[in-house]
Amino acid sequence: MKRRAQTNASRRTPQARRSKQAKVSLPPLWTRKEIRLRVNGVEYTSTVDVRMTLVDFLRHELGLTGTHVGCEHGVCGACTILLDGQAVRSCLLFAVQADGAEITTVEGLGTPERLHPLQEAFRDHHALQCGFCTPGFLMSTLAFLRENPEPSDEQIREVLAGNLCRCTGYQGIIDAVRDAAQRLRSGYGA
Amino acid sequence: MNERPGESRESMVTRYFGEPIKRNEDPRLLTGRGTFVDDIRPPGLLHAAFLRSPFAHARILSIRTEKARALPGVVAVYTHADLPPALQEPLPKLIPHPALIHHKTQYALAPDKVRHVGEPIAVVIAENRYVAEDALELIEVEYDPLPPVVDLEQAIQPDAPLVHEDAGTNVCAHYTQRVGNVEEAFAKAAYVFTERFVIDRGTAAPMECRGVVAQWEPKMRQLTVWDSTQAPIPIRNGLARLFGLPQSSVRVIAPDIGGGFGPKIMMFYPEEVVVPFAAMQLERPVKWIEDRLENFVAMNQEREQIHEASIAVDKEGRILGVKTVFLYDAGAYIPYGLIVPIVASTTLPGPYKIPNYHCEFRAVFTNKTIVSPYRGAGRPHGVFVMERLMDRVARELNLDRAEVRRRNFIQPDEFPYDVGLIYQDNAPLIYDSGNYPACLEKALEMIGYDRWPSERERYRREGRYVGLGLACYVEGSGIGPYEGCRVTVEPSGKVYAATSVGTQGQGHFTSFAQIIADILSVPVEDVTITTGDSGAFSWGTGTFASRAAVVAGNAVALAAQAVREKALRVAATLLEARVEDLELRDGRVFVRGVPGRSLSLGEIAVAANPLRGTIPEEWEQPGLEATRYFAPPRGTFSNGVHAAILEVDIHTGMINILKYVVVHDCGRIINPMILDGQIRGGVAQGIGNAFYEKLVYDENGQLLTRTFMDYLLPTAMEVPEVEIAHVETPSPLNPLGVKGAGEAGTIPVPAVFASAIDDALAEFSVRITEMPLSPNRLLEIIRTARERSKEAKSPR
Repeated sequence: MKRRAQTNASRRTPQARRSKQAKVSLPPLWTRKEIRLRVNGVEYTSTVDVRMTLVDFLRHELGLTGTHVGCEHGVCGACTILLDGQAVRSCLLFAVQADGAEITTVEGLGTPERLHPLQEAFRDHHALQCGFCTPGFLMSTLAFLRENPEPSDEQIREVLAGNLCRCTGYQGIIDAVRDAAQRLRSGYGA
Repeated sequence: MNERPGESRESMVTRYFGEPIKRNEDPRLLTGRGTFVDDIRPPGLLHAAFLRSPFAHARILSIRTEKARALPGVVAVYTHADLPPALQEPLPKLIPHPALIHHKTQYALAPDKVRHVGEPIAVVIAENRYVAEDALELIEVEYDPLPPVVDLEQAIQPDAPLVHEDAGTNVCAHYTQRVGNVEEAFAKAAYVFTERFVIDRGTAAPMECRGVVAQWEPKMRQLTVWDSTQAPIPIRNGLARLFGLPQSSVRVIAPDIGGGFGPKIMMFYPEEVVVPFAAMQLERPVKWIEDRLENFVAMNQEREQIHEASIAVDKEGRILGVKTVFLYDAGAYIPYGLIVPIVASTTLPGPYKIPNYHCEFRAVFTNKTIVSPYRGAGRPHGVFVMERLMDRVARELNLDRAEVRRRNFIQPDEFPYDVGLIYQDNAPLIYDSGNYPACLEKALEMIGYDRWPSERERYRREGRYVGLGLACYVEGSGIGPYEGCRVTVEPSGKVYAATSVGTQGQGHFTSFAQIIADILSVPVEDVTITTGDSGAFSWGTGTFASRAAVVAGNAVALAAQAVREKALRVAATLLEARVEDLELRDGRVFVRGVPGRSLSLGEIAVAANPLRGTIPEEWEQPGLEATRYFAPPRGTFSNGVHAAILEVDIHTGMINILKYVVVHDCGRIINPMILDGQIRGGVAQGIGNAFYEKLVYDENGQLLTRTFMDYLLPTAMEVPEVEIAHVETPSPLNPLGVKGAGEAGTIPVPAVFASAIDDALAEFSVRITEMPLSPNRLLEIIRTARERSKEAKSPR
């Protein structure tokens, strides 16, 4: 839902037949604001609806469709990006909140020809199947490994619990993160 | 069909088949270069939002859309009345069955009545999704709420409200299958045990919700639809029929799909016809992307069944007969027919010899979301019932659980084994091959079964409640009717293959490439696979029922084999040699013993498509290309054993999985890395089904667990490491000898959990007969059991 959480009509009240009464007036929807931000090192200036989420801005305005929308309520983590170095859920932010920010999305890591060591570790350990949740896992993990270059398995599991994957059963992802930590520590490909 | 690929493989180097080859599709998926439906953005794109019923059951008295239409940015609003006649009819009946008397299917947009929360009533098409959702607020619908039917057992009562009045009942099918004479067997049995099993609803929750993008080019009269479906070709065929277009004017593409697990195959979801309709009306592309709130009520669900089951055994615990009578919740409509309850009925016998079997079910309408197969599709139910009964027999007869199973196994020399039932593909249920005892013994060894009694004692001395659970299962897979593949070698020497199935993360871009690379002796990276595009391949059914590797995989092999033969025939002409004297090696055809005389596959491809001269008769057709189909007569049957050691915290109801092992037999393995991934992911979903995931409806038919805060998917904290071993019993039913593996991880997990929890809590005489559990439900069960055991002791 882009606009609001849907209200459930949870009680059947015979009187309330007209459950979908239209509102007489709508709030000003068209308020727009100019924002400036850097995404993957590129400077953008854009005028956006103030209610547009950051993930919609990245995907639909900038065409960076690598960041995915899985739940739009901040649980699944598929939309995770780095905002000023912090892993954040871009479905829970408005684009206007990113004014002046430095953003990294999955497109800012490696390329198919030259994968980032983290991406390479994901491939080597079969840490993805459908690949939909993968960009979110990569971005969460990237921020995590910067702060915890030598994580324990328990720490890895804990941080990964912030992202949902429905295909892999997580084992490949855990193995990949452990291995990536090692690769990044040894300066491999960095 | 030509020579079977399996027969000539001896002469071929299998560099790839059976190896853990890294996936071809990973680099683009890892770098954000995948193409999911929501990534498709044709110019001039409009966005759709659906108005959905807030009531489980209500009559629609009127719909007023003027205010919505008047909102700036809104391009159109459609209701049932705005649809052409073909879209006003109920949507197609997918899989009819003689026992399905009331085959009620869903509407594109509800005409005069809504039957579940989330049923679409109207659609707004607007310049963007935000405005489209604003406009939903402005649609005025006058409802007359009706009493809903939510509870499965209440739905069959004579005074229950009717989901479909004209049916006169909520029971849409009553179907029985019998083997032998179960009454006689029960009458002479030493013991008969009866149990009631309740299995509740869950959702597949693929991380990508559903989505449709449709584009109509009026001058070309070409409709292109990008759809998150598991079955693009049937969707193409159906859309062509609905819109009165030739199939060649409709192209359906299932691009990268973010997980399917069953519910992404339907024909049709309302949105799949409404979005193309709008695109054709407006002559502009239209996109609809399901959000998670919608997904919880608008994507099909599964699992709700209530079984009354009995088992009759002799004094040694040998099965004399099994009987199950159950209710199957179909939800508000039953487009997918009786597949799920038939699969439940026919999976139940599992790896055991059951001389007398009676399975009987009624399929029942309720005012809840439609039910159609979700990973397992009735199999988890059958396995839960059967394995719970086996544990009961062991407990009552004071026998070892593994030993009871051993005594009843179908033996390796008894294949093919005719179970005596009709399976979901309308073919006899005949197990093709297997080695059930070997799987069990391997699993027992891995879980440390021999040591378990003393281990268990040790845990108890430490005050810990730890149990061992195990479950055996047979998984029907690889059913027909057919799939196809076209393999082409281009002048570049690169190989392109188009298959009829869609893919949702199973690694087909790699496993199919492995099959082809071996047969054509080329590097696996040089093989590019296209899946899920009706424009690339025109005939097929889809990816479901663990069938892609079996049915499409063998079509891939047959097509590659035909291309190989063609390459040798063309080379024979060009090299002036006999085919028998040629060999294909490293992508080149050599004349044996004459190292200098050879041609690359690319050179042969060029020569096979000349600009002058002719095509010799033995070349059959130009180019290095072949299309082949594989149509198995019936399904092939995988099997396996899961075992786990679980700890129960009796104060919180939480469980901790200390060890989980899987022994699996799906015949010959194409890519062990991909296979293990399928199993691990399946186990994770099974853990959800067993302990965390439950769709809770209130008495009004409102879904209370409608976010990921309320409906709990297992995370990296809940899913343990899974140890996997394989037994390889090839299938005799297909050239590659493969069997399906897509559902193997999920099927037995609830049965394993129940078995382990019973064991952990044996001193309270706990008997788990329901799935899914949850920490609070388990706590309730423990409390009730403890009170009961206290009462039992106190009179002394």
